[in-house]
Amino acid sequence: MSDKKNSGIPRTVPVQSATFSQTVNAEIRRAAATGIYDIRGGGAKRKVPHFDDLLFLGASISRYPLEGYREKCETSVTLGTRFAKNPIELDIPITIAGMSFGSLSGPAKEALGRGATMAGTSTTTGDGGMTQEERGHSKKLVYQYLPSRYGMNPDDLRKADAIEVVVGQGAKPGGGGMLLGQKISDRVAQMRNLPKGIDQRSACRHPDWTGPDDLEIKILELREITGWRVPIYIKVGGARPYFDTTLAVKAGADVVVLDGMQGGTAATQDVFIEHVGQPILACIREAVRALQDLDMHRKVQLIVSGGVRTGADVAKCMALGADAVSIGTAALIALGDNDPRWEDEYQKLGTTAGAYDDWHEGKDPAGITTQDAELMKRLDPIEGGRRLSNYLKVMTLEAQTIARACGKSHLHNLEPEDLCALTLEAAAMAKVPLAGTDWWPGKSGSSF
Amino acid sequence: MEKLDLQTLGLRALNEKLQSQTASTNQTQYEIVNPRGSHAIAVGIDSPIDVTVRGSTGYYCAGMNQQANVHVDGSAGPGVAENMMSGTVTIEGDASQYAGATGHGGTLIIKGNAASRCGISMKGIDIIVHGNIGHMSAFMAQSGNLVVCGDAGDALGDSIYEARLFVRGSVKSLGADCIEKEMRQEHLDLLKDLLERGGCDAKPEEFKRYGSARQLYNFKIDNAY
Repeated sequence: MSDKKNSGIPRTVPVQSATFSQTVNAEIRRAAATGIYDIRGGGAKRKVPHFDDLLFLGASISRYPLEGYREKCETSVTLGTRFAKNPIELDIPITIAGMSFGSLSGPAKEALGRGATMAGTSTTTGDGGMTQEERGHSKKLVYQYLPSRYGMNPDDLRKADAIEVVVGQGAKPGGGGMLLGQKISDRVAQMRNLPKGIDQRSACRHPDWTGPDDLEIKILELREITGWRVPIYIKVGGARPYFDTTLAVKAGADVVVLDGMQGGTAATQDVFIEHVGQPILACIREAVRALQDLDMHRKVQLIVSGGVRTGADVAKCMALGADAVSIGTAALIALGDNDPRWEDEYQKLGTTAGAYDDWHEGKDPAGITTQDAELMKRLDPIEGGRRLSNYLKVMTLEAQTIARACGKSHLHNLEPEDLCALTLEAAAMAKVPLAGTDWWPGKSGSSF
Repeated sequence: MEKLDLQTLGLRALNEKLQSQTASTNQTQYEIVNPRGSHAIAVGIDSPIDVTVRGSTGYYCAGMNQQANVHVDGSAGPGVAENMMSGTVTIEGDASQYAGATGHGGTLIIKGNAASRCGISMKGIDIIVHGNIGHMSAFMAQSGNLVVCGDAGDALGDSIYEARLFVRGSVKSLGADCIEKEMRQEHLDLLKDLLERGGCDAKPEEFKRYGSARQLYNFKIDNAY
């Protein structure tokens, strides 16, 4: 047949496979070419049930609202009331998560400290120890006690306002970390007691304790060294929130920090970030249930993290039973991470603003996740601190707006019955009714 | 010498007493009696005092020690002298697992044997063991010196960085990236000093040196296990 004769026949439209999508195929080709898995920063990028799948009901005839701009809605929180002589008093229940000096620049750590202090909250060290920039500009500083013990020393331990024993993090429960050689400057190398330019591994488990019984003794040691003055947090990734929370309480934690899979990391394998751990939405109610079963809810405080972005997210965490939240990725974005103003440079790196996640390479155009002296200058720590403070203020105002609409005079008075879910999955995870029903999957007494 | 009875004083008061000493203290000699295997004895000291524990200790004895000389007249439980910064800790008997873990400085002397993971993640401490050490010792050891007058267990120095390991007896197996290295004069001199400090009568020439092959320092897929 001639081409002329066939020209009028409708053709099958090319169909991309949902299983072998262009993204998947590109990764197969990249893996085949390099023989190495993809390493990146950040948290899970896949879509998972999240706070967007929940709605507040607001006030109605049976619920009396508070006036939006006049009536008080408290936001303060006290962390570490169980054993510590000096619990941490915060003006707002939004804390800054642990991020290391090494993965972040010194000015970025300073900006986090400045912003947190202006907003009346705490910031947290990370792997690599405590820097003067951070301690000096953070009124409340939580010192992470990590498996690597890089930069760990009793003098800094005693300067901390709280100690956070890191067992795991949401991006990689069960995994250690890696700070690649490109980011090991003289200062980072000196702080970590390792040669400059080599990859620095952060171990996946602690070197001198295994299991909850040992952890209890480790916490005793830390309390003895710090004179029982400061709270001790235990941070876990979103793996087995009921049991991990139970064991953390048993080990003597003052505060449990629970990090879902959307929580970021400086660098790890993409396959780890996307396939290990649970979304934070699936973790909060289980952790709260563990605390309630032990009669420890509100006695051992619960901080949750992993994808908290707005005041609505904060309010939803409070309503599900958390005492406070923690933000990491959102704080970096407030400082200027992934800002479209650097789009030309993101393009040169083969990416685009909003998608840049090769933080481990140290080439961050925004000058935040780098140790490059020139790039670092792009972040003014004073301006960065102001931006972070503004953002924290907005989040707090948003959370208060919602709480008042629900008739609550304190964010902590929000409760699960203020919520409904838009999807079955979110209803099951948050244990709140599917919108328009009084039912959720797994509800006690349900026939399902 | 001031005698402190742990069972009478309690752990908090005992540690508070030791931690409150300063460089100018006149009372520099302390004896702790009735330790009965308690945990976290003599932790967080930061002054040049001498502390003798009459008996065996539990976990983390002398943890994060600075300046002090702590002498355990018995055996020590897990994590003795963990994260020590300076000073000297001496164990007359055996030490359990993780002895000297992550230690940044100072000297740990174990006159008996040390169990597994001795010197794990060490960061500058010198550890001298008169007897044998267990498996996975000096795992991810960053810097400092580990001297073993007896034998070493499996996977010695796995993923080691720049720490130096000296073993007089046999090594059951070496861990990833750990190799035997040439013993040069500088190492013999260093080892002589360490043996003297540790009160060992062994000769430096009887030891072999182990350290990093430096093949894992930058990630290469061919090195993945």
